Amino acid sequence: MKAFAYERPATVQDAARLAAERPEARFIAGGTNLLDLMKLQIETPATLIDVNRLPLAEVTDTAEGGLRIGALVRNADLAAHPRVRRDYAVLAKALLAGASGQLRNRATTAGNLLQRTRCYYFYDTTKPCNKRAPGSGCAAIGGFNRIMAVLGASEACIATNPSDMNVALRALDATIETVDPQGASRRIAIAAFHRLPGDTPQIETDLRPGELITAVTLPKPVEGVHLYRKVRDRASYAFATVSVAAIIAKGEGDRPQRATLAFGGLAHKPWRVEAAEAALVETGSADEAAERLLEGARGQGSNDFKIPLTRRTLRATVADALRA
Amino acid sequence: MDMNQPIGATPLDGKPDGLVGRPIDRIDGRLKVTGRAAYAYETRELKNPAYGFVVEAGIARGRIRSLDVSAAKRAPGVLLVMTHETVPDQGEKKEQVFPQLQGREIRFHGQPIAFVVAQSFEQARAAAALVRADYEVQTPDASLKAARPTAVEPKPAQTPPDSQLGDFDGAFAAASVTLDVEYTTPVQIHAQMEPHATIASWESGPDGERVTLYTANQMLNRGQTSLASVLGLKPENVRLVSHYIGGGFGAKLQPQPEAILSALASKSLQRPVKVALTRQQEFHVATHRSDTIQCIRLGADPTGRLTAIAHESWSATAPGDVFFETSAVVTRSLYAAQNRLTRHRLANLNVPIASAMRAPGEAVGQLAFECAMDELAERLGIDPIELRIRNEPEQDPEKKVPFSTRQLVACMREGAQRFGWDRRGPTGATRDGRWQVGMGMAAASRLNPLMPSQASVRLNPDGTLTVRMAMTDIGTGTYTILAQIAGAMMGLPVERIRVEIGDTAYPKAAGSGGSFGAGSAGSALYVACDNLRTSLLQAAGLTAEGAVFADGRVTSGNRSATLTDLAGAQGVEAKGEIKPGAMKEQFSQHAFGAHFAEVGVDAETGEIRLRRMLGVFTGGRILNQKTARSQAIGGMIFGIGAALMESVETDTRTGHFVNHDLAEYHIPAHADVPAIDAVFLPELDDKANPLKSKGLGEVSICGAGAAVANAVHNATGLRIRDYPLTLDKVLEGWAAQEGRAQRRT
Repeated sequence: MKAFAYERPATVQDAARLAAERPEARFIAGGTNLLDLMKLQIETPATLIDVNRLPLAEVTDTAEGGLRIGALVRNADLAAHPRVRRDYAVLAKALLAGASGQLRNRATTAGNLLQRTRCYYFYDTTKPCNKRAPGSGCAAIGGFNRIMAVLGASEACIATNPSDMNVALRALDATIETVDPQGASRRIAIAAFHRLPGDTPQIETDLRPGELITAVTLPKPVEGVHLYRKVRDRASYAFATVSVAAIIAKGEGDRPQRATLAFGGLAHKPWRVEAAEAALVETGSADEAAERLLEGARGQGSNDFKIPLTRRTLRATVADALRA
Repeated sequence: MDMNQPIGATPLDGKPDGLVGRPIDRIDGRLKVTGRAAYAYETRELKNPAYGFVVEAGIARGRIRSLDVSAAKRAPGVLLVMTHETVPDQGEKKEQVFPQLQGREIRFHGQPIAFVVAQSFEQARAAAALVRADYEVQTPDASLKAARPTAVEPKPAQTPPDSQLGDFDGAFAAASVTLDVEYTTPVQIHAQMEPHATIASWESGPDGERVTLYTANQMLNRGQTSLASVLGLKPENVRLVSHYIGGGFGAKLQPQPEAILSALASKSLQRPVKVALTRQQEFHVATHRSDTIQCIRLGADPTGRLTAIAHESWSATAPGDVFFETSAVVTRSLYAAQNRLTRHRLANLNVPIASAMRAPGEAVGQLAFECAMDELAERLGIDPIELRIRNEPEQDPEKKVPFSTRQLVACMREGAQRFGWDRRGPTGATRDGRWQVGMGMAAASRLNPLMPSQASVRLNPDGTLTVRMAMTDIGTGTYTILAQIAGAMMGLPVERIRVEIGDTAYPKAAGSGGSFGAGSAGSALYVACDNLRTSLLQAAGLTAEGAVFADGRVTSGNRSATLTDLAGAQGVEAKGEIKPGAMKEQFSQHAFGAHFAEVGVDAETGEIRLRRMLGVFTGGRILNQKTARSQAIGGMIFGIGAALMESVETDTRTGHFVNHDLAEYHIPAHADVPAIDAVFLPELDDKANPLKSKGLGEVSICGAGAAVANAVHNATGLRIRDYPLTLDKVLEGWAAQEGRAQRRT
C-alpha cells in the first residue's frame, strides 16, 4: 500500500469538490474491494475521501411509486428492506447471492456498482493488463480465462463485471444519481452506466472525474415472478460463472406475458438484450431467446462452457418462473 | 522403548470411561477463542521487531540482469534491502530447505529475489513494490503433460519409487475383464488459515552465534536441523518456538523462505525481524501439492478377483528439488492381486516447490484408484463394496507380512448400514426435482508410522504434573490428548496437567505430520509416565504389581500415598523415549476407513452439491472422541474440496499460478458441507505403539473425494477423470452423451 492522504468531508458537495481538487483521489465507503486493491498496489490513490459520514444511507419511496436507495445503504440492509423484499425481490435475491454476510454488512450500494473485475491477471501486478496498466496488453487472452467474458469483450480486455447487484439493477432499469464537483446533479440509466472495454478498459463507467454517486432509484415495481439464478463453482462465496436476474409475468401456457432478463458473468457489464426478451414472449421458447441473447458470443478457451451454460440457465430459470 | 514387540496390557486398558478417549474440550480452547494464544507472528517475547517483506520473482525462468533497489532503500522507514548481492553467507541445503537469494538464476515464479526490512509492515510492503528487476526471460517448462515423456525416476528417498511383483503384463493381457484409465489431479494448495510467519532474533555473543525463531512450524526438531544447515550454525544454537499453529496440513513441515530470510536479516540488523507471507505469496513462495497424471490398469477374473494391478503416477517439482507425489504407494498394500506394478516419475519444471500436503500420495492416489475400482465394479456388475471385499488381502500383498489390524471390511459394512447404501439406485436413475441424485463410496487407507520421540514429565511439589517436549499442536488437539494421556497414566485430572510444548529447548519430539504426531509424542509421554510411576512406587516403597494411580493417589495392596506427598519439596522428574522397532517391519500398519457420499447434480447447470457424507474409520485407540471426530470431518471436507473445486491453475506460458488467492482458489464453504459425520469403530493396535492408537490426521482425506466422484457417476452416468469435477466438465460430459445418443439414432 502506498501512503495516502485521508479526508472525511461532511457534505456531499465537499466530497465532490475534494475529489476534483486532489489528483488521484478515490472515494471510499465500505472499502471491501478498494482496500484489497490498494494493498496490492493495483489502486494507488494519493487521497482517500471517506464518504461514510455523508447523509446518503436512507431508503425512501419516490413520488412515482419507486424506491430511492442512498449510495451508502449497506448491501445487507438493502437486501433486508421490506419494500425491496416485497417489490424488488430480484434485487434482494441477487444481493444475498453475493459475497458473505460480513462483506454485505460493509459493502455499499454505490461501492457495489463500482466494484472492479476479479480477472486474475488484473490482480497480478507482474502480468500485463490493459485495465490496470493501459497499453501493457491482456494476459488473460490465451491464458487461463475461466471467469472471463464471452460477450462484448475486446482485443484489449476480456474481463467481466463480478457484481450480482448490478445484474438485478439492470433488470430493474435502475437510474444512478450523481453530483459533480460543481454541484450539478445528473441521472444515468444503468444501461449506460457501465461500459464495454473497447480499447479503454481502464474506463469502466460513465462517471466523470470527481462525480459522486448519491443514490440509485428504481422505477415503480414490475409485476411478475422475480428470480435470481446464480450458477457458481461452490454453494456460496463464489462469483457467478453465469447468473440471470429474471422478472417474468406469466401468460398463457408456456408463453410469458412479459419478461425481463439480465445476465451476469458474461461481459464487462450486466448483459441485457431486449430482443431476447421479446423472442421469449413471442415464441415461448427459451432457446429462441438464448439465440438472440448469445449473438456474437465467443469463448476464450477455458470459458467456452459459459455459452451452453447460459442457454441452460436461461431455460431452467424460465421454467422455474413459469412453475412458480 | 523400542517398539519391538506388541505392547501387552497397559494402564490405559480396560477403562471404557477412562480419561483417554473422553470427548473433553480442548484445554487450549479458551485461550484461542479469547485471542490470548500467541501465534508466531503475535509473540511479544522478542522486543522491538522490524518488519520484513519478501520480493518475488515475476518470471518463472531466466536470469536477473539487474536488480534496482535504490528507490526501495530510500523509501521511508527502510532498514535493509537484502538481495543476492548482499545476503550473508549461508550453509548447505537440507531436505527441501534451500539457501535463499543465491545468485541470479530464476527457477520458478515467486522465487524470492529480495527481502525488504522496515520499521513497519506497511513501509516494508510499500518499499518492496519499489524493487525493480530486469530479467533475461527464458521460456519456462511448466506443463506436466508436456514433460511426461521425459520425466525421470526420482531418487529413492524414504519411499522407493517403483515396485513390481509377479508378471503384471502377462496377467493383464490374460485377464478376462480389464480396465485401463488415466486420471489427473490438479495442483492443490494447503490453504491453512495461519500463513507462514516467523519472528527471528539473531544474537552474536561471546559464546558464538545463536538464533531464536518464533515460527509456524509443524516439526521443530527437523526444522532446527535444516535451518542450522542453511544458516551455517550448530543445531543447538538454533532454537525454534511454536506454541500455537493455525493449521499446517504439511505446509509447515519444513521451514519456508520467510524463516531463513528473517533470520538472515536479523543477523545483519542485530534486531528481531518479523515476517508473514501474504495469502497470495503462500501460493508461490511456499509449497503446494503437485498435479498428477495417474494411469491405472486393472485385470480381474469374471468373479471380480483382481489378478493384475498397475498404478503409475507422474508429478512435478521445481528444478533442483527431488520431491515426488507418492500417489501409487497406497496401492501396494490396499488390495490383493498376484501381479502388481507401481511406478512414479518426476518432472523438474519451472513451477514452485512441491511438497507434502495432507496425506501426500494417498490423498490423490486414492482419488484415482478408488474411482478406478468403482469403474471396475460397474464393468463387472458387482457392488463396489462387494468388489473390495472379494479383493481383501490376507496379508500385505507386497511386503508379505500381516497387517497389525485391518478392519476395512467392517468399516464398509458399518458405513453401508448407517448410510442406507441399499437405497442406492442404478446409475443415472434417481431424481429429486431439478437434481440428479447419486451415492458413492470409497475405501480409505493411510500408512501409520511411528517416529522417534522424547518427553519429560515432572511431578511438582503442588501435585501438578508438567509435561514437556518439542511437540507441536497444529490445531489437532495435541495439548489436550497429551494432558489426557498423562492424566490417565498418573491418576490426575487434566486440570492438574501442564502441557508445555512447542520449543526445541524441550526434549526432541516427532512433531505433527504424516499421521505420526499423536502416536509418537503420546507414546513418549506414556513411557515417561510409566517411568515416573516406577520412581514414585519405589520412593513410596510400594509394590508395582497391582498398583493403581487414581484420584491423585497411588494405591498398592492396602497401602496408599498421595502424589503431592510423593513429589516432596523438589518434585520428581522422569523421561521417556519411543522408537520404532521390529513391529514396523513385522507388520503392515495402516489406518482404514470407508467413505459414503450422496450428491445432487443440477440437471440443467451441472452444478454438483454434496447432500450428505459419512466416514467410518478405524484408528486404534481413539485418544479424544471429539478432537478425533473434528479431525476426521476436516479430512473429509478436504476430500470434498479435492473432488469438486480445489485447483490451482498454472499458466504454462509464464509458469505462474493464476488463481493465487482464496477468492478464486475455492475450498469448501459452509454451504458446501451439509450433513456430515464421522464415526470410529472400536479398535486397539498393540503393534502400533504403547497407546495402541493409530494416526487419524490423514486417513479421513484418503478416498473421501473419490466417494464424491463415484456419487457423481451414480447420479449422472458421467465418469469425469480430471479433478476437480467442475460444472463445465459435467456439461462437456452431457454434450458427449447427447452426441453418442444422436449417433445411435
